[in-house]
Amino acid sequence: MARKVSTSRKLTFTALAWIVAFLIFFPILWTFLTSFKTEAEAVASPPSFLFFDWTTENYAEVQSRSDYFKHFFNSVVISLGSTLIGLLIAIPAAWAMAFSPTKRTKDVLMWMLSTKMMPPVGAMIPIYLIFRDTGFLDTRTGLVVVLMLINLPIIVWMLYTYFKEIPGEILEAARMDGASLSQELTQVLAPMAVPGIASTVLLNIILSWNEAFWTLNLTASKAAPLTAFIASYSSPEGLFYAKLSAASTMAIAPVLIMGWFSQKQLVRGLTFGAVK
Amino acid sequence: MATTHTRSHARLMMAPSVLLLFLWMIVPLAMTIYFSFLRYNLLMPGMEEYTGFLNYQFFLTDPAFFTALGNTLLLTGGVLLITVIGGILLALLLDQPIFGQGIVRILVIAPFFVMPTVSALVWKNMFFNPVNGIFAWLFKLFGAQPLDWLAQIPLLSIIFIVAWQWLPFSTLILLTALQSLDEEQKEAAEMDGAGFLSRFIYIVLPHMARAITVVILIQTIFLLSVFAEILVTTNGGPGIQTTNLTYLVYAQALLQFDIGGASAGGIVAVILANIVAFFLMRMIGKNLEG
Repeated sequence: MARKVSTSRKLTFTALAWIVAFLIFFPILWTFLTSFKTEAEAVASPPSFLFFDWTTENYAEVQSRSDYFKHFFNSVVISLGSTLIGLLIAIPAAWAMAFSPTKRTKDVLMWMLSTKMMPPVGAMIPIYLIFRDTGFLDTRTGLVVVLMLINLPIIVWMLYTYFKEIPGEILEAARMDGASLSQELTQVLAPMAVPGIASTVLLNIILSWNEAFWTLNLTASKAAPLTAFIASYSSPEGLFYAKLSAASTMAIAPVLIMGWFSQKQLVRGLTFGAVK
Repeated sequence: MATTHTRSHARLMMAPSVLLLFLWMIVPLAMTIYFSFLRYNLLMPGMEEYTGFLNYQFFLTDPAFFTALGNTLLLTGGVLLITVIGGILLALLLDQPIFGQGIVRILVIAPFFVMPTVSALVWKNMFFNPVNGIFAWLFKLFGAQPLDWLAQIPLLSIIFIVAWQWLPFSTLILLTALQSLDEEQKEAAEMDGAGFLSRFIYIVLPHMARAITVVILIQTIFLLSVFAEILVTTNGGPGIQTTNLTYLVYAQALLQFDIGGASAGGIVAVILANIVAFFLMRMIGKNLEG
């Protein structure tokens, strides 16, 4: 039943909500606008909001000065690589736990989750030393492995909650009809599991893209993804706001767009199914 | 019905995940514990020797530890306070019938997707800068003396940045919980003459209690380990005013090369996080049964 709401009340709440939303979003909007200014305009006081000479030279300069796309490519490789490898390892586990649960399934799930609770500083020192001694420091491979491991519990959990919603009877019916394990997987399970897998992938790419403890500590320059590249702007020379803004805009745009499409899955993935 | 056959299959399918996570959890932790009992400095290779609890004694009696512990608690508590109260208010607002609800939602959750180094540097330079930041301009506009945020109120400034990043998370989760509240229950209370405040206290808040707990616990896990925001804005300073436990361990290991002392600090951080994790696991475990 829809409730009748007076128009004036609706207008008041609308105005209030839009003002709050604008304030919260403003830093992102401001970064976006500043990326199209000249450095002089970027620090002008009073600041110019829309009426300035729009220029795209900052984007060109960020690329030519510091090889932006190398870092962008590193971010893509690291986030995609860690997510896909994690997926390959997690799908069988989540499948087994969802469809052939035992008494210990719950304990295994909880234990996996508990590995996520360990603060990174508890593992950083040995990992750093191992990487140093084996030549994995500042390599994409090293980061792919670490990010895969820190996100594996989330991937298993998310897949598990999605797989559990697939009715087991369908699988049994397929088995009765004599479907082999591979047929069961590719023809029955896959079509129903794809949406869940897709949202898992999306959330994990976002998390890996923005991960900023391991990426900052385990890379120097060669394998540095965007998180670490942007951090290099913390000790800049001369005017740099416009260039910082251009680099930042390009760094956040891909996941911002992905994030907007995965709002619902986000809640589920980040609360381990506790809030749906 | 699981047969023995499918059960052994299941075990095989779970093995890679379980084994990898087991190694990931146990190997670094064991090594950190081992290092924490050694006198081990990277600048003095080959001089490692067993020192018992000396590293712990030094770490726990170092005044920097108490400052860092205090900063960690203030940072975590401050951000929790802002995001939980702000999140409840925002969720209530977004739950109202408003025009353009979808767009408002998209704008509100956006900060969550901004990588920590970007949000920290954008706030530091374009907002907090005492000469050409937006806040300095606003202060001057109202005739006030601009504040040098990261020098004068460094910890508060970092709390502000981190709260901006996490407010969308709490809002989104609390809004999801709010929207699962039965409309009819609210309507019945309204018809019984319950005002907004009593409706909120007796119906809405109890319904959201569980989501609020989840928000607090999950955020705490992440907030205890805030790192990038501190590294790119203040480097833990001025002095050690914004050094939290994570940053202290980082500085001791990678800036002072004191592996033994840093490892002891790491173990202290692990114990702290475990206390929080204990409660979180119980919450989620309960949900799994339901």
